[in-house]
Amino acid sequence: MPSLFEKLWQAHIVREKPNEPTLLYIDLHLIHEVTSPQAFEGLRQAGRSVRRPDLTFGTADHNVPTTDRSLPIADAIAAQQIDTLRKNCQEHRIQLFDINSPEQGIVHVIGPELGLTQPGMTIVCGDSHTSTHGAFGALAFGIGTSEVEHVLATQCLLQNKPRTMKVQTSNTLPSGVSAKDLALGIIGKIGTDGATGYVIEYAGEAVRNLTMEGRMTLCNMSIEAGARAGMIAPDETTLAYLKGRRFAPQGESWDAAVNYWQTLHSDEDARFDKVVQLDATQLEPFVTWGTSPGMVAPVTSHVPDPADAKTLADQQAAERALEYMALKPRTNIQDIHIDRAFIGSCTNARLEDLRAAARVVKGYHINSSVTALVVPGSYEVKRAAEQEGLDRVFSDAGFEWREPGCSMCLGMNPDILQPGERCASTSNRNFEGRQGRGGRTHLVSPMMAAAAAIKGHFTDIREWEFR
Amino acid sequence: MKIMQKFTTHTGLVAPLDRANVDTDQIIPKQFLKTIKRTGLREGLFFDWRKQKDGSPDPSFFLNQARYHDATILLTRDNFGCGSSREHAPWALLDQGFRCIIASSFADIFYNNCFQNGILPVVLQADEVKTLMQEVLKTPDYRLTVDLAQQIVTAPDGTHYRFTIDPFRKDCLYRGLDSIGLTLQHESVIADYEARRMAEAPWLFTDLHA
Repeated sequence: MPSLFEKLWQAHIVREKPNEPTLLYIDLHLIHEVTSPQAFEGLRQAGRSVRRPDLTFGTADHNVPTTDRSLPIADAIAAQQIDTLRKNCQEHRIQLFDINSPEQGIVHVIGPELGLTQPGMTIVCGDSHTSTHGAFGALAFGIGTSEVEHVLATQCLLQNKPRTMKVQTSNTLPSGVSAKDLALGIIGKIGTDGATGYVIEYAGEAVRNLTMEGRMTLCNMSIEAGARAGMIAPDETTLAYLKGRRFAPQGESWDAAVNYWQTLHSDEDARFDKVVQLDATQLEPFVTWGTSPGMVAPVTSHVPDPADAKTLADQQAAERALEYMALKPRTNIQDIHIDRAFIGSCTNARLEDLRAAARVVKGYHINSSVTALVVPGSYEVKRAAEQEGLDRVFSDAGFEWREPGCSMCLGMNPDILQPGERCASTSNRNFEGRQGRGGRTHLVSPMMAAAAAIKGHFTDIREWEFR
Repeated sequence: MKIMQKFTTHTGLVAPLDRANVDTDQIIPKQFLKTIKRTGLREGLFFDWRKQKDGSPDPSFFLNQARYHDATILLTRDNFGCGSSREHAPWALLDQGFRCIIASSFADIFYNNCFQNGILPVVLQADEVKTLMQEVLKTPDYRLTVDLAQQIVTAPDGTHYRFTIDPFRKDCLYRGLDSIGLTLQHESVIADYEARRMAEAPWLFTDLHA
């Protein structure tokens, strides 16, 4: 009867009282430099300590430079923020994967690759894309800094129970259509607030057939539909990914964990507050045309005409978005030319993403009007990619190969768009100014970004000539 | 116990932000997130909309208009505060003087973050927001009274707009309770949970730092 979400919720109830939020236990707390300093400051002011430093991990990812890390950080304020994280972790005996440590990377990339992220856990982080970890059958969500402080002090969070939504997919994704396109397709269908107040469970054949990397991409984007969290029940794919990872259970502990993890799925008769059906064969590679992830169109289609919008509010939003994006209604998506390409972020900077992009790039060179950046999600990803020679494929094609971090996804470090520049980006948000003031972001999959960098404009990856 | 800023009844000047889906990147752009403080974020509030490219104030943006300088209530549309979880967004709004935000809906994390900072987010029906928006735009010095205990927003013409709110959050905000202090009162319950869970799922408690 219970859904996967219900099982996870029940297992983490510390205290429950009518008319009060539930006190939930948090199994894993990830922290980073941008949203934690004020939380530690709050602890200090109140004379409180960190309850479970052993269940807390830190890394610096948001503002770190992606250029030579042996040099001092040029931005003194960013350097101070990283130093503050360092001091806080030292003082409270929290393990930190510092900017030059071999484990450093985007927090949502390193959690899974180190085996910290496991099925059945509750995982929080002061970052909205914490939903990524739901790919393992964990209840994982982003929190604000006050809640970071709450978790540091108590290892618990007060939570009102969210509603549940099931996204039931049928069939498998066509060739050239990736997990990113599935995510964009869902957001385009339900809207950027379509899942507000809900936890989404992704299910069905198209989801089962995704690799762990693809599942992470899908769950990562849950927040762009407004969802509290996104999750996928663990299966053989999950176990195969986890086994042997550094912080994953070992030996008998692994067997015991697997026994438990195998119970973590929605029962046949589980009820959901909302069910959305999606036929994967109907999906195409997508490109966003506007300033919200829900403003999305198939690559074979065109920029919509605001006059066709269903409501006045939608019409005004579309008009405003097109003005910002400097696009005319009914422009073919494939006629949109780009200046920059960014392959990176917690959405699409894992080894599989880089492999997919490299396969497109191989034997080509980027268009002369384009500059392009590849930012691996972690040092682990970077090392593995270099072992396979992917760095050479990208460099030979004219891409810059950088050090890991959040980089141009949010532009807190020097990697930003200049005003008016147009970017094909594998990140998660195309908000106004997100990648740099006046910058214009089009969200796409890694293959689509790579192809756009080569052509100089968006192109249908399903027709690509691989070399 | 640490006491947070209370919210009981508030009467204030209303500023209109007539736009849906305002994301937290707009409320406070990235360059202001490098601070290690909660205060002083006013300068960054709606920076890209507030300032022109040359750095001068954009006179068409509502916060640059003298009539809204002292606003303490922000009126806006659907899905306010979507996107990033950055609590710098409510910090910046508070620093500007906003104590209450009225919208037809809010994004989840932002909504939570408001309560942690003594800001009351009020959800009204879309048609009610529309009516209020028209009134604010045409009426100089338009003020609303927000009564948390009664859960009522009162317009100058006496119209009442009722809103719902979670009783626990209401109580915490009304009394200025610190939720960490409240949770710490249940320390023994937390310890009991940990002991029970440790027996059920010991791998969750392996000392990973060892």
